[in-house]
Amino acid sequence: MEITVTVNGTAYTRDVEPRLLLVHFLRQTLGLTGTHWGCDTSNCGTCVVLFDGRPLKSCTMFAVMADGHEIRTVEGLERDGELDVVQRGFMECHGLQCGFCTPGMMLTARALLDRNPDPSEAEIREAISGQLCRCTGYENIVRSVRWAATHAAPQQHAAQEEVTTS
Amino acid sequence: MTVTHERPAVGFGPALRKEDARFVRGRGTYVDDVTLPGMLHGAVLRSPHAHARIVSIDTSQAEAHPGVRAVITGQTLAGLNLAWMPTLSYDTQAVLATDKVRFQGQEVAFVVADDHYTARDALELIDVEYEPLPAVVDARRALEPGAPVIRDDKDGKTDNHIFDWEAGDKAATDEVFASAEVVVTEDILYPRVHPSPLETCGAVAHMDKVTGKLTVWTTTQAPHAHRTVYALVAGLPEHKIRIISPDIGGGFGGKVGIYPGYVLAIVGSIVTGKPVKWVEDRSEHLMSTAFARDYHMRGQIAATRDGKILGLRVEVLADHGAFNATAQPSKFPSGFFHVFTGSYDLQAAHCKVTGVYTNKAPGGVAYACSFRITEAVYLVERMVDVLARELEMDPAQLRMKNLLRPEQFPYTTPTGWEYDSGDYPRTLRTAMELAGYEQLRAEQAERLRRRHQGEKVPLMGIGVSFFTEAVGAGPRKHMDILGLGMADGAELRIHPTGKAVLRISVQTQGQGHETTFAQIVSNELGLPTEDVEVVHGDTDQTPFGLGTYGSRSTPVSGAAAAVVARKVRERARIVASAMLEVSPDDLEWQGDRWQVRGDPEKAKTIQEIALAAHSNLELPEGVEGHLDATAVYNPPNLTYPFGAYICVVDVDPDTGQVKVRRFIAVDDCGVRINPMIVEGQIHGGLADGVGMALMQVMAFDADGNHLGASLMDYLLPTAMECPSWELGETVTPSPHHPIGAKGVGESATVGSPAAIVNAVMDALKPYGVRHADMPLTPAVVWSAIQGRRIRTDLAIT
Repeated sequence: MEITVTVNGTAYTRDVEPRLLLVHFLRQTLGLTGTHWGCDTSNCGTCVVLFDGRPLKSCTMFAVMADGHEIRTVEGLERDGELDVVQRGFMECHGLQCGFCTPGMMLTARALLDRNPDPSEAEIREAISGQLCRCTGYENIVRSVRWAATHAAPQQHAAQEEVTTS
Repeated sequence: MTVTHERPAVGFGPALRKEDARFVRGRGTYVDDVTLPGMLHGAVLRSPHAHARIVSIDTSQAEAHPGVRAVITGQTLAGLNLAWMPTLSYDTQAVLATDKVRFQGQEVAFVVADDHYTARDALELIDVEYEPLPAVVDARRALEPGAPVIRDDKDGKTDNHIFDWEAGDKAATDEVFASAEVVVTEDILYPRVHPSPLETCGAVAHMDKVTGKLTVWTTTQAPHAHRTVYALVAGLPEHKIRIISPDIGGGFGGKVGIYPGYVLAIVGSIVTGKPVKWVEDRSEHLMSTAFARDYHMRGQIAATRDGKILGLRVEVLADHGAFNATAQPSKFPSGFFHVFTGSYDLQAAHCKVTGVYTNKAPGGVAYACSFRITEAVYLVERMVDVLARELEMDPAQLRMKNLLRPEQFPYTTPTGWEYDSGDYPRTLRTAMELAGYEQLRAEQAERLRRRHQGEKVPLMGIGVSFFTEAVGAGPRKHMDILGLGMADGAELRIHPTGKAVLRISVQTQGQGHETTFAQIVSNELGLPTEDVEVVHGDTDQTPFGLGTYGSRSTPVSGAAAAVVARKVRERARIVASAMLEVSPDDLEWQGDRWQVRGDPEKAKTIQEIALAAHSNLELPEGVEGHLDATAVYNPPNLTYPFGAYICVVDVDPDTGQVKVRRFIAVDDCGVRINPMIVEGQIHGGLADGVGMALMQVMAFDADGNHLGASLMDYLLPTAMECPSWELGETVTPSPHHPIGAKGVGESATVGSPAAIVNAVMDALKPYGVRHADMPLTPAVVWSAIQGRRIRTDLAIT
């Protein structure tokens, strides 16, 4: 099936098998390996991307279901050479160790801050509760998101994406 | 309780991590991110049975499937003499089953196809006829007469016994127990768990038939050891094998051994002539890769009536699964379990461990266990609490009364360990102060009083644990793995412009070596940390060493880094003396420069010296120039980090639900190279403790079905189960480590489960519950309250 999916502002038209999972479309078809895969049961959340702005476990969706939609992956967090404040927060607060859960955690944090710019620790914990981290005990992930909330430039998260084609 | 520290540009302190720049951009390179031209994809067919004879395997349909390039079975491998491979414990393990399958999920066949989906499709087309056999999954039944014999592949094997191993003085211990005023016994299970890093295991193997070079990108914590083992197993010349361990998505001891899938990817590449990628899925990972623990322990503790602990003894039934594949120093079949006397001053101790085969996956030493110190610490810390209950003493006070005193170090334990340094009472006091221990006890009493008045408030429990770790394996005369001594190399190059490249043998899986090892060199030479590049994880680029596990990177490889930097410093001294036209003896080191003693005007920085070392400067006779150096570090002893943990829980007795309200952890790991990273590692280990104590278990039903084969069944802690960790520290440097550091990576995993279980048992004291086995799920806690203890490692019937 031919589908067109906008990923990080670029529209990609590709012919895919109907059974191809979105996570594999991103990783294998488009080569965007920053989105990870970690379980078969939608428990781990290493595959989280933003689907029309909302966090989605990309192993739970077929690529064909994303036809006509907008995806943002970790590769799309940095804009014009400027790291997103969430990325800076994770670096400043040691919010990552092995780095495997990090893309999904950061995208969930981005979506949280988009709808709630000043989340409490409890709200952050709830937001990431569908995702696993085996290294950090979550402490510094929570601190990273708080850091991002307190260092966000106004309007940063509301920036509009410009669509190009590929 | 992290305070904001200044980020140091040079030396130790909470420097931000170098590796994060790529990770936050999604530019890490994990094994599954590796793609080579013409690469094929492999998938493993696994056994649905725990124990069954293989009658026949028909691969014809799979071979005919479009896109399939090869189907490999045990028979194929037998023709190459590769159907079985040696384990790290001098046993053998089937790469692909030939005669029978011995655990559910065992590897039976391997398909290589154009893409991953096609390979998985083809697995469905392989027809295997099995003759099911009775399975034994309960270690306590494995040695019964008439139990099915699992390893009938071994000549003359008629039972499931693997080994008996003892440590300590049995006669002296028996004597202590015979005359003790108080003896308490408890049966304690440390159930089978699994480290389950978020990245599963995998490999991309590429055998280049033209050059004869085999390159394997693989999820390994020990690339050099893998290279040597592949050379020995497959008969390949070692200089033609290159192991690349790129970014690793967590290891926790689960990526030390060699798994059949790795070997199959290599065979697949040899057979097809193309690179072959194999990455297992989560169920495969949970069912077949190294589990941890599965120790069935009977502990006995002897003491005086007023609380002086005299002796400890333990008998262990160790479930090793279907193949004895534990990854540990080969001389110790029970790992370092015999450090089980813990942090206490005892007269005598003895342990006996019996290893058995069962129809379960192989492994046992994994999951941040420091070679079974998790089991040892859990045993002693539970026994001390059981004793406290018997003596009606406060568990913290009982510990304080029996902890080793600072003046006893270096201290030789009853089982032969020489603890290097410690001030245990200070650390426990620090934890009690941080926790507000007395106030907590008062709050607990108040809570009980309210409950007695009929108020529906949760029960409150306070748990204490004190651990001593033994990490940094290890001295070559005592420790090796398959004959490979556990020393590690380091190479340091100083470029003419004063920038450095450090090459190390160990491999980070998230520990931040690219930062901390640069800090070690920076600290020794005064170079900015950012001027030191750390190269690791590629056997063609780095010196030999046994890898990262058992918290050994800082104790062994970190020491090698310091030693090699000091060698460079001494080479620089000679060059500086030529530059300054003085004797080397007249120079003194000033942190980043050699200076003429007492004359700050006459000095040369390490950067100036580096340039001169590559110039036409006339050097003394016999001095070659350049500053580069190499070192191999053979540790004189292990390092012994320790800590005091206090956990506060609330327990709802009507549902059995446990909530960890607070967790206070005071760790002493000697000198901290990067406290930010140390604290991060402790946080992670504490979460492990919550998981193991309350959630995680791999149980089996009577047929050998794995009941924890997905993350829906094998529950890992999320941000909701974890409290905000409260950390403190004390610093007792290691006297024998070049920078006084001790390992820390596994401390919290080792120390925390006992604190949590002790807290829950403390909460259940009004119900007379003294012990229940992990995981303390609502069902287990509720049953314990009802006076019914259940086996958590078997299917609940």
